[in-house]
Amino acid sequence: MIDLLGNLFTLATHAVPPAAHGAAPDAAAAIPSALTLPVVFLPLLSCVLIGLCAAFRVKTKLPAWITVACIGAAFVCTLLLYTNTHGAEKPGVVTAWEWLAFKPSGWPAFVANFAFYIDSLTLLWMLFVTGLATLIALYASEYMAGDVGPGYCRFYAAFSLFVFSMACLVMGDNLVLLYLGWEGVGLCSYLLIGYFYKKDSAVAAAKKAFVMNRIGDLGLALGIWLTYVQFGTVRYAELWPLIEPYTRLALGGHLDQVPFLVQLIPVLFTVGAFGKSAQIPLYVWLPDAMEGPTPVSALIHAATMVTAGVYLVARFLPLYFASEWALPIVAWIGTLTALLAATIGMAQFDIKRIMAYSTVSQLGYMFAGLGVTALASHEGAAGGVFHVFTHAFFKATLFLCCGAVMHGFAGQLDLRKLSGVMWMKGWGIVGVAMLIGCLNLAGFAFTAGFFSKDIILAEAFTNPRTSAIGWILLITAGLTAYYTFRVFFRVFVGPKYYEPGDELHGHGGDDHGHDHGHGHGAGDHGHGHGAGGFHPHAPGWAINLVLAVLAIASLAAAIAYPVHWVQDLAHNASTYMVLGEAAHGGHGADAGHGHAAAHGTFLGMDPHKVMYYVSSIVGLAGIAIAAYLHLLGRTTAAKSRADGLLPYLGPIPKWAQNKWYVDELYGFLVYWPLKAVAHISYLLDKLLIDGLLVNGAGWLPKAGGRSLRPTQSGVLHDYALKMAAGVGVILVIAAAAMARSAANGGTP
Amino acid sequence: MTDLALAIAQADFPLPMPGATLYHYLLVSALMFAIGVIGFVSRRNLIIMFLCTELMFQAAGIALIAFSRFHLNHTGETFVIFVLTVAAAEAALALALVVLLFRRKETLDASSWAELKG
Repeated sequence: MIDLLGNLFTLATHAVPPAAHGAAPDAAAAIPSALTLPVVFLPLLSCVLIGLCAAFRVKTKLPAWITVACIGAAFVCTLLLYTNTHGAEKPGVVTAWEWLAFKPSGWPAFVANFAFYIDSLTLLWMLFVTGLATLIALYASEYMAGDVGPGYCRFYAAFSLFVFSMACLVMGDNLVLLYLGWEGVGLCSYLLIGYFYKKDSAVAAAKKAFVMNRIGDLGLALGIWLTYVQFGTVRYAELWPLIEPYTRLALGGHLDQVPFLVQLIPVLFTVGAFGKSAQIPLYVWLPDAMEGPTPVSALIHAATMVTAGVYLVARFLPLYFASEWALPIVAWIGTLTALLAATIGMAQFDIKRIMAYSTVSQLGYMFAGLGVTALASHEGAAGGVFHVFTHAFFKATLFLCCGAVMHGFAGQLDLRKLSGVMWMKGWGIVGVAMLIGCLNLAGFAFTAGFFSKDIILAEAFTNPRTSAIGWILLITAGLTAYYTFRVFFRVFVGPKYYEPGDELHGHGGDDHGHDHGHGHGAGDHGHGHGAGGFHPHAPGWAINLVLAVLAIASLAAAIAYPVHWVQDLAHNASTYMVLGEAAHGGHGADAGHGHAAAHGTFLGMDPHKVMYYVSSIVGLAGIAIAAYLHLLGRTTAAKSRADGLLPYLGPIPKWAQNKWYVDELYGFLVYWPLKAVAHISYLLDKLLIDGLLVNGAGWLPKAGGRSLRPTQSGVLHDYALKMAAGVGVILVIAAAAMARSAANGGTP
Repeated sequence: MTDLALAIAQADFPLPMPGATLYHYLLVSALMFAIGVIGFVSRRNLIIMFLCTELMFQAAGIALIAFSRFHLNHTGETFVIFVLTVAAAEAALALALVVLLFRRKETLDASSWAELKG
């Protein structure tokens, strides 16, 4: 049924000229630079203008409007760029200026211009990055209202700088510019996680994110270096033809002929991608990153920045084919991360943290999707990239709903202390938006999240080698549906009840940090709803408008599936032209590879046909279990039927709530050994360097002086006696010398 | 030194004590010096100690003059004249110091001054 619908739309839109590959140089003129450059530089302009606002001590919401205007204009430019280039069927390069160009002796010339590579993958990413950034900037204008002044400027300056960095990352035409953007988004992420810099936990979380990303960035940097060493260039347009022979070799079954170092490049890229996109073992920073303001969590730590790793893998997918280990690593680590994060998310009580774990889990889904799609059909990145796209919308919606709750209930995020929010006056839009987001995340039939998850699951079962991945992902889908609706059923429906959080204005503290501590403590209010002087304030027009737009957008994203819009954008990425040719060419010439190898089944049925029903049933089952445990028969906010299950589960819920002690494991494996080494070094420094060398050198003359001091008796006779004794000794020596010379015959 | 020169020297300057040789003079000098050292070390009276240093001075002077006469070279005698002059000035200075020290503590005992103990 859906296939039919899809095919109808496909006929209209799926006419892609396959000759675009190799035509990059003459196609470059097709990309209008007047539309490309504003996409990158408007956010930078916004950042500079907000810097000026800070310098002139602007105390209004001006920074928000500057950001919304600039990034909104960037979005419009991206949209025009998309329509003007017909989805960038032909990739092109727009050079802003010549940036780095030098010739190391004995090496090929190193050229990295400040230039932008426009193809369908780039456009897809920039469309949702600039679009979501505009909406979230608007949302934050209200959310951050308590910080109007220097904090507001700081927030929006970092926010704009983030969009600029993200544009460099996604649109850069070479790996060095990508790396600049990669580090730039990392910096902005650090700045915004640590936005409440008076709060110790926020500062610690910012540092944790930075250090974890540093580990990944090392991998990426080494990968870029190795790319230059192996291929002699870091520019995409020059790289694709150089990578192509290796991809062909690998797809032709001659993987062993690809040099080891070329196979190593994608593995190193994967390390970078796993750091930025929070995958095992580097995922632990992302849940802690929720210390930042919620709009930041929504934009950077859910919708856009964390998908940079997926972008990197998707961009270099042909190179991944040419590596024996890279794709299985991507697929398996992604799958395991999806499962692990989902199990942790099930046991958390902080709703924002649950969303954070679901982000980690869904990022795992994306990587798994990239891996299985590529392994199964030797085609592009459709599954993973489509999930990036849909996830961006529904996860931003979910986070912004959580943010609205946090904003309205004085920072309260504990799902045991909130209930029935949707039925309260003024919270209708938030509740409906949350419901839509949850349906998407849970993979409810015909939502965008359902379709994107579905592609991944179906592709996983298509290949017998990856069916284990498929089963794990299917279980994860059930868990995801359960924990998503656990939040919805506990917080948004059920009996009306709330306890305010510990922040007076309810927006996570402010620039001066004086809100904490003397706000309305829950204890002051007793346990009745609305007790004391606290009244939750319902969201205003900006939050409601943004939530409504996002909710509609996340529903509308579903349409992209039947019309194959995102899938085509992903397929048509200039990178994959080689894949299409190689895979299809391989069909005729080398039947053992390409599509021919992919004939897995789901319990004996064609996974592409049956997966719609299976994943719908799994999603519904998760929702039903959540409803039974957390909605039906629940009369208070704190207790539900799920508590009755606890005795049967033993320590498992507690372990899951404590994140399977992964942080403690890292502490044991990394922190304590390093601390021990540091302590030993400290002792060595203190005892050997300071003690023996420095203080020892000082001690020597001191001790010498002390031992010689008694000779200075101050008594005249003493000195005289010693002098006489000295004369005596000299005389004895002289006499002995004379006696000897006399014995030798009189001559000395 | 030729025999002729020696004869002229002995003719012009008849020996006061014909039996005395260089060794006798040196022996006197050594004894005087030893007495000076022993006196300086064993006595506590500042003036006696000062006199002992003078004794050692003169012992050195006797040794110089004896050698000078033995070698028929007047440098030693000239040197002793200078030393005597310096010794006179030094004696005045030393006695002045002794007077000052006595005024401080009303005693001439050298062992009562031990303030430079390390």
